[in-house]
Amino acid sequence: MKQILTTIVLALIALVSPALAVASGHDDGQEKKEGIDAQGIIFEHLGDGYGWEVPFNHHKRIPLPVIVWGSDGLHVFSSSRVAHGEVYRDGNAEFRIAGADSPYKGKVVEIVNGEEVKPAVDISITKNVCGVFIAVLLCVWCILSVARWHRTQGMKGPRKMVGAIEFVILFIYDGVIKPTLKNKAAKFAPYLLTVFFFILIMNLLGLIVIFPGGANLTGNIAVTLVLAIITFLITNLFATKHYWKEIFNPEVPWWLKYPLPIMPVIEIFGVFTKPAALTVRLFANMMGGHMIVIVLTLLIFIFAAMGPVVTGATAVVSVIFSVFMLCIDVLVSFIQAYVFTMLSTLFIALGQEEGHEKHEESKEKAVIPHNP
Amino acid sequence: MELFTPDFGLIFWMFVSFAILFVILWRWGWPAIMKGVSDRADLIDKGVEYAQSAKEQLDHAREEADKYIAEARRQQADMLREADRMKTQIIDEARSAAQNEAKKVMDNAKLTIEQERKAAQEQFRNEVSTFALDIAQKVVRNQLKEEKAQEKLVNSLLDEIEKQN
Repeated sequence: MKQILTTIVLALIALVSPALAVASGHDDGQEKKEGIDAQGIIFEHLGDGYGWEVPFNHHKRIPLPVIVWGSDGLHVFSSSRVAHGEVYRDGNAEFRIAGADSPYKGKVVEIVNGEEVKPAVDISITKNVCGVFIAVLLCVWCILSVARWHRTQGMKGPRKMVGAIEFVILFIYDGVIKPTLKNKAAKFAPYLLTVFFFILIMNLLGLIVIFPGGANLTGNIAVTLVLAIITFLITNLFATKHYWKEIFNPEVPWWLKYPLPIMPVIEIFGVFTKPAALTVRLFANMMGGHMIVIVLTLLIFIFAAMGPVVTGATAVVSVIFSVFMLCIDVLVSFIQAYVFTMLSTLFIALGQEEGHEKHEESKEKAVIPHNP
Repeated sequence: MELFTPDFGLIFWMFVSFAILFVILWRWGWPAIMKGVSDRADLIDKGVEYAQSAKEQLDHAREEADKYIAEARRQQADMLREADRMKTQIIDEARSAAQNEAKKVMDNAKLTIEQERKAAQEQFRNEVSTFALDIAQKVVRNQLKEEKAQEKLVNSLLDEIEKQN
């Protein structure tokens, strides 16, 4: 009871303080009254960067290595050397981060004869890359700890973290992979489980606001694209003859295939829309969640112009909504990882079909009990 | 819109990271976990099976024990009955043996008594006859103090002998 009261009081103080701050600033009359660049802030937070923000500090960033292949070879240097628009000279090449008016906005560019040129290869360890590394390490640590536990004392009942992770593993394996892939479950389970945990950890890391988290990983289309491409490759490389026959010569009335190959075209199109759907749904869902939280927080500053009372009220409402949205995002993190794994499983299973009649039978069997 | 144009560097590192992650987990992670989980499931299944069979055996054992106890009781009763019977038999035998013995003793005693009695009778008769003869002698001596009386007696005796012949 005492704890709950303390929490409520602290929360109220935290909620009211922005209003006080604004009020005091207003009284001093020193605050610059200008509209904030909401879009810029949102995209800065959602996007990638060459350094990692230090919590509660807008100027310092944790430096990360920049690796570029410029006009005269490989250049590796710290991102702190090009911070705040500085020009860095490495041998004969000069680098800087392109400004807001450049087509390469926010990227490291080489200055060749006074013109900004995008380096041929830019494989810098950016904030997102670093976030991916952290996610990989966390994922390896989580799973290997469970594996080690199984090797050393597997006959005991798992408890605490091992038990929690094992529960999730079995939830995915027994709930998604096994019922869909059946006897081929063991073959594809390593990939699908890896994807699930990787996405889950990246999603959750994205929700943590400060250093080890904060990178908007799964809300970046490159990350989801890579995962979708891997699923696409696995689906098609391990696909059965039947799968390809269904694509190029599906069992439909002949006039749908000849002279105009309508169905094959649709099927081939379908092969490529599947990974596209995977890419976009994960990306859009995660980015949407992040964006809503950022916008809700920005509302406080947007309404700051309208006086302390409005700011205070907005702060209370915004913080409550932000916390609510973040709670939902925790759920969404799990659901999106689950959905990605489920869809990957489904696509891979479609590529594993054997023989049409068998499939029809199983389909009927599956349908009849539900619709008698 | 940077968000919608995938960045080459990130794609490259993402591929590399995912490949490393997958290889590590594929080699050292999932097989151990899957094997561990299925082994444990087997162990639990076996444990349950064992417990069930143990319970069955226990129930069975109780029945068996009850059966043995009943059997033991029955045997005990049989033995008691047998003992009882034997006791009676022994007593009977003893009794009859004692009776026989007693009878033998009695018979002997009877025989002895008879012999004794006969001997006593003989002795008594002898003594009585001696007494009688003495008495008779005395009587006769008294009576035969006179001559006449002697003659009379001799005559009567002779008469008696004559009559007998």
